[in-house]
Amino acid sequence: MPLPKRRHSRTRGRKRRTNWTMTLPNVSECQHCHNPKLPHHICTHCGYYNGRQIIDVKEV
Amino acid sequence: MGHRDKIHKLGRTKPHREAMLANMAMSLFTHRVIKTTDAKAKALKPLVDRLISTGKQDTLHAKRMVARTIHNKEVFKKLFAEIIPQFTDRTSGFTRVVKLGVRKGDGAPISVVELLTEKVVVDTDEKGKKEKKAKSTDSLPKKAAPKPKAPKSTVKAVSKAAGKGSSAPSTKNK
Repeated sequence: MPLPKRRHSRTRGRKRRTNWTMTLPNVSECQHCHNPKLPHHICTHCGYYNGRQIIDVKEV
Repeated sequence: MGHRDKIHKLGRTKPHREAMLANMAMSLFTHRVIKTTDAKAKALKPLVDRLISTGKQDTLHAKRMVARTIHNKEVFKKLFAEIIPQFTDRTSGFTRVVKLGVRKGDGAPISVVELLTEKVVVDTDEKGKKEKKAKSTDSLPKKAAPKPKAPKSTVKAVSKAAGKGSSAPSTKNK
């Protein structure tokens, strides 16, 4: 079984973890209800996409 | 490069995949709109489009070819009695896949697959460009598109009449 040979410092671990960054999703504005929505996706607030009602939001 | 990767295998064996896609096609014909994962939706679309276009031939052979996939008699009847007659003004692209978001349980990207049974509106200015009612009413660029066409042709005519100025037409067009 592989075992750690030496203890490693808090700095070392933290240095490694500096690159664990999260990226924000691209958010665009719904043309129908002007709420934020994901680009190329149906708006989750009004169910519109490309000027057309696609889903009924209540059922979702 | 994703060249020639036509088949979405979906982590299933061939019989499993084909059975699943057939079931999905049958549910799409019964409900007209279904929700699935992006990958399954993308795999389903070509199958359904092909079923409808073969079904439109309306021969016995075509019906038998469709019946290979559509095992359910009621769905089969509905497909030929209701759905295919609605696609008379469409030659291809009978379905549409629109992304919906992410499933709560496993974070899988979910799409909506729908049959495009609404009537196609042909734009009078540009022949061959088929648009839907909703699109043609609210979109600005399409209204703007026909307008520059007419000026362009007049500009060309003017430049021709004026003589051969090689640089002149290009600047005018811009």
